[in-house]
Formats: sequence, structure tokens, C-alpha cells
Amino acid sequence: MTRFVERHPAWALIVIIAIALALWLTLAVWPPGLEEAIGRKRVFLNAVFNGITLGGLYFLVASGFTLIFGLMRNVNLAHGSLYLFGGYVGYAISASTGSWLLSFIVAFILTALVGVLLQLIVFRRMEGQDLRQTMVTIGLSIVFADLMLWACGGDFYQIQTPNWLIGPIELPLITAVKSSGEPVYLRYPLVRLVIFAASVVIGLAMWLALNRTRIGMIIRAGVDDRDILAATGVRIQLVFVLVFALGAGLAGIAGVVGGTFQSLSPGEDIRFLLASLVVVIVGGMGSIPGAALGALIIGLAEQLGSVYIPTYAIVVTFLIMVLVLAVRPQGLLARR
Amino acid sequence: MLKCSVGLIALSSLFLSGAAIAQEKIKVGVTATLEGTYTVLGEDGMRGHQTALNVLGKKVGDKELEFIVASTDATPDSAVRAVRKLIEQDKVQILLSPLSGDEGIAVKNFAKTHPELTFINAASGAQETTYVDPAPNFFRYNMDGAQWQVGLGKYAYEDKKYRKIATVGEDYSFIYTQVFGLVLEFCGAGGQVTNRQWVPLGTKDFASVIAALPDDVDAIYLGLGGADAVNFLNQYQQAGGKAHLMGGSIMIDQTILSSKGNAKNALVGTIAASGQADTWEDPGWQKFVKAYQDAFPPNKRFPSPSLLATNYYGSTMALILALREVNGDLSNNQAKYKEALAKIEIDAPNGKIKLDANRQAIGTNFVTEVVDDGKGALFSKVVKVIPNVNQTLGYDPAVFAKIGLPSRTVPECKKY
Repeated sequence: MTRFVERHPAWALIVIIAIALALWLTLAVWPPGLEEAIGRKRVFLNAVFNGITLGGLYFLVASGFTLIFGLMRNVNLAHGSLYLFGGYVGYAISASTGSWLLSFIVAFILTALVGVLLQLIVFRRMEGQDLRQTMVTIGLSIVFADLMLWACGGDFYQIQTPNWLIGPIELPLITAVKSSGEPVYLRYPLVRLVIFAASVVIGLAMWLALNRTRIGMIIRAGVDDRDILAATGVRIQLVFVLVFALGAGLAGIAGVVGGTFQSLSPGEDIRFLLASLVVVIVGGMGSIPGAALGALIIGLAEQLGSVYIPTYAIVVTFLIMVLVLAVRPQGLLARR
Repeated sequence: MLKCSVGLIALSSLFLSGAAIAQEKIKVGVTATLEGTYTVLGEDGMRGHQTALNVLGKKVGDKELEFIVASTDATPDSAVRAVRKLIEQDKVQILLSPLSGDEGIAVKNFAKTHPELTFINAASGAQETTYVDPAPNFFRYNMDGAQWQVGLGKYAYEDKKYRKIATVGEDYSFIYTQVFGLVLEFCGAGGQVTNRQWVPLGTKDFASVIAALPDDVDAIYLGLGGADAVNFLNQYQQAGGKAHLMGGSIMIDQTILSSKGNAKNALVGTIAASGQADTWEDPGWQKFVKAYQDAFPPNKRFPSPSLLATNYYGSTMALILALREVNGDLSNNQAKYKEALAKIEIDAPNGKIKLDANRQAIGTNFVTEVVDDGKGALFSKVVKVIPNVNQTLGYDPAVFAKIGLPSRTVPECKKY
């Protein structure tokens, strides 16, 4: 931190000013002039919160994607299908048992199993052939999409939000002051906050597992040099299967999350595949903190865009991707 | 020996199948949105189409109709691609296409490049399709989005006493047309539309849109469809929204009212207008509902047909009945058939339909209110039936032309 300030004093200043501005925008009661210029504070705060929570969902999908890529150099374009599959499994479980939490567990296990099968049956046979693997995953995603369309139809499914999560809560953030002097607090959907908290926990757990455990050490070593790692006697195939299972399972969990606060239908697989591609390209292929940063940026851009420049909202995320590719093609937080 | 006999059998079966196609076929291409945001709408449209075939049969004189289906995703280029494939590869002679608004405008323009063929609109409802520079070989037997809103503005103003409303709609031609119809009537009655929000087709996260809804309005009009509508309702419920709602024709429709999950319950009591009402007592409608229900098992259909099923049913009906009138004669660039199509008056399930000079439907419209049938299923209940709605919505054509074409900001909120 201090080294960063010493080396780039100008950048540090800009960052500090930006943080201060963001804090002021969030905490202070907006003066009337500002409200006139860019709309009510409630709208702004909601958009920011939505961006962050949406980023949480994107992170869940993209982290699995980037983990698999980082270790195996395998661009798994069937990742979106795993997301949708997890969502459908989650729906089936929550509809039949009524338990929201159970649906996460089952979705995780089943999608992880699919991931294991994919790795054992398909990818292991074409190790090191990046292009071939990528083409196969495209084919698989089409096959999966049609299988799921056949099994579940084109209907929209929503996973029932548990009762204790329905409705908004008041956050201690003042959005406006009534003429009587009484403050108006921000009301925000509880379910989104919970989901965001959960994705932060998962992100932290992954970071800890990667940086503080033995298996994490092996995975990191594998990211750097698979061949040397295998030569030291580590059963690299087992590590591949584990990582694939974890990545797929995370996509499954994300599917349940997405099915809860959005909806599941054919086409969602492609959308989330695209989102996670953009996220990891922005954040840096193979980097978990990169996926977190990328997800946050893309989520915020989508939501702020949809409020302040609705006509061009779709373009914004891709503009960001283009900018990153032009300025820092390896991604914002890539190591190499 | 074995090889030889297998070859013989193969050869003879070839001859046999050759004999089977000696009976002449008329090829019809059908498109529906079987992918993307409007998948459910496309599927139910195809159910309506199938129901019509069950009722009417596929025979025209001694000819048999053959239907070839192509999928689109509600974007204009996907529709043109599908139609082109049907014409160039499958050699269809008649098209039943397309489903969605922007697709309709694109296919109408494409129809001009094939004046020898006949295009029958399946369900699309943008005004521009038949109002601006219509194609002489493009026929539309359903009303447009503005016609489908007739009656709603007055009902909201006079009976529900709404004075100020805001609208949220998908950003494309059909919803522009719907909002056009609503605003004309509501503002004409004296109401105010304070805010019009447009979201891209296929928006998933509506949370920020919901946060930006104004508080000081009596009702919020929703012009959404398919997955967008379900996502909006889901997130609206999570945000604790409580405003009065009004709905467009594909918002208050079985495609949404029978979606899984409980977000749709926010719609109970919502007023809307459309080319149909689920609980209409008319015997023709009831017969159609019965035919639809009998054609598919309960888990493969909606409790009652959606607007798309009704539209596909009506257009398939026109296609077959007119073809029977000319006894399947498609000679001379289908001239006789086109003439028959322009003149035919069909007794569709949702009321009598005839075409105007632009080959655009004049039909019946319904103002509805969403009710719960007591068992958790939602239906649209008839409030008002308005017959003979034409494309200029009863305005003098010269006055109507001055209003301008439906867009994000047209019409202005005033009395024309």
C-alpha cells in the first residue's frame, strides 16, 4: 500500500479522491442542485447497490470459469450450460422439498458431478489441445441447451424465495430528508443483500483455500507450471478433476442464485457465458481477484448504465471490454 | 445375394415413396420465436397453429398442406434469415410469419422482394408494418399494438380514476405501438403520462429500473413480455413494490399469468387491454379454448390459450379458408389467392376479423382485469368488449397521420 503511494503519487491521489467522492455520494444528503442534475439519490444508491449485488452473481459464475481456465488452459464454453443446469436442479429441489438452502447443496453436488464427468470423459482425452477443447465445449453447450429445452421446456422458472427473505429492509443510509426534517432511509431487497454476502463469503473462502492450504498451493503451482508439478509426484489429473468439480459446482450455485432473483429460461446459459467471458477478460484470465474486480465493474456498469443512459446500456459493458483490451490486454489484475 | 435383395427393397421403397408424393403438396413456411426472451410466446403460438390444423384439417381440395417451421429470436435479422431459408431452401409458397413487432417490419420489407409469394402475418403487432408503405402481398389478420390498447385509457381514467401514470416498456416497435394507443386515449381523456422508461428487450436485472419508478403516480403501466415480464415482477415483489399496475397485451397474458413462482400474484387486480379475454363467454371463444385444451396435455400448455395462440389460430384459419376458396389455385403468381385473402372475413375465436385497404385487421378489442380463480390460477376477466376497432383507432385518417409514428416519445400527451 505505502509502496504504491510512493511509486505512483498521482494515481494514489486520484484513487483517494474517487473513494472520498463515492463515500460522500453514499452518505451525505444530496444538495438540491445535484438532485436536479442527476436525479434522486434513492435511484443512484439503488443502482449502485444493484450493480454490486449483480456483480456478486457474476463473480460466482466467472470465478469457476477463471479457475478452470487458470489451471487447465481450458476455455470451457459450456460453463453457461452448467449455470443453467444448476438453476434447473435448484428449482426442482426447492419446488419438491420447499427448502431453499437444500437446493444450493444439491445443485452444487450435481453440477460438480457433471463437471467431473466432463473432465474425465471429454477433456482428459484432448489435453493440451486448446482449440479442440474449445470447439468441443461449444458443441457440448449446444447439446446441453437442447437437452434442457427438451426436459424443461421454454417456460420461465423462478426459484421460490424463502419467506424470511421476501421484501425490502431499511438500510441506515439517508436518501432524502422530508420537509418535516424526518430522514428517509434507503429500502433495499433483503434477498439481494444476502446473496451478495454469500458471494463475498464464497470468494473469501476460495481465496483462503488457494493461498493458505496445501491443496491451494498445489493448484497455484499447477497454474504456473503443470509439467514440473506433475514431475514432482503430484497426481495432477486428480487436481484437474477437483478444480473442474469446484468450478462447475460454483456455476451450479450461481444458477440457483440467478433463478432466485432473476429467472431461468433457455438462452440464460449463453447470457451468463457471455457475462463471465467479459468479466474474466476485464479482470484477467485465470485470476480470482481479477474475476471479483471484473464482476464488480461489469455489474456496476450495467446497472448505472440502465438508469442513466438506458438507450446505450447494452453497449457500456462491451465498451469497457474493448477499452481494457486496448489498454491492458492481459486484463486488469492479470499476473503476467 | 443379401446385398442384392437389400438393394431391391431399397429401390422399390423409393418407387413407393415416389408414388406417395404424386399427390400435390402446398408448402407453407411458419416462423415462431422458439429461442430467446420470447420462447414461451413462440411455443404457445405454435400450439394455436396446431389447434387450427386439428380443427380445420390440412387438406385443400385434393392437395395436402405441408408446414415447415423455422425458429427466430424476436430480432428482425433472425426473422429475415428464417424466412429466406424457408423460401430458398424449403421452397415454400406461402409464409405464416412472424411473431414479434420488429420482425414484422423486417419481413414486410422482405416480402416486397418476393412479390410472387404470399405472406400472412402470424402475430406481430407493430403499427408500421401495415400502416407505412405496406407490401401488397403481406396480410395481417390480427390487430396492431395500438388497436389492442383501445378502451384501456378511458377505463383507467373514468372508472379507476387514475390521473397520472408512468410507463415502463421494452424498447422496440410493438411496445411503442402499445404505449401509443394507451397514451392517445388516456391523455385524450385528460390524464397525464409523466414518465416513459424504455428497457432493452432481454433485460434481466430490473432492480434499478424499479428504483427509478416515480412515487407520485396513480398507476404504472407495464409493456413487457416473456422473460422480461417475469423478471420484472419477481424483482418488483422483492423490492416491496405496491403501486397500482396496468398491463399491455403480452404482459397480461397466459404466458405470464401462468408462469411458475408467485411473483405473478402482484398482477391480481391489474387492468389491461388485449385482443382477447380469457373468460369471455362467447361460444366461439369457448369452443376454441376447449379445442386448445383438448389438443395438448395440461402440463404441455397453458390453462387457457395466450394471445399468441389466438393470433396463430386466426392467421392459420385465414390461410386455409382462403386457400379452400380458390381450391388451392396458386397459379399466376398466386393472384387469385391474394384476392381471396384480401376479401375474406373470418370468424376468429376473438371476434369477426376483416381486412382494410392496407390488408390490416379490423377486429374486436377487450378491456380486462386480472382475477384469481380461487385455486391460484390467474385469468383475465372481461370488463368491456369493443367491436370494430380499426387501425386509425376511430380517428380521421388525416388527423391520425399528423400524430406521427409510434416511438419512444410519440405521441405527445395531449388531445389530438
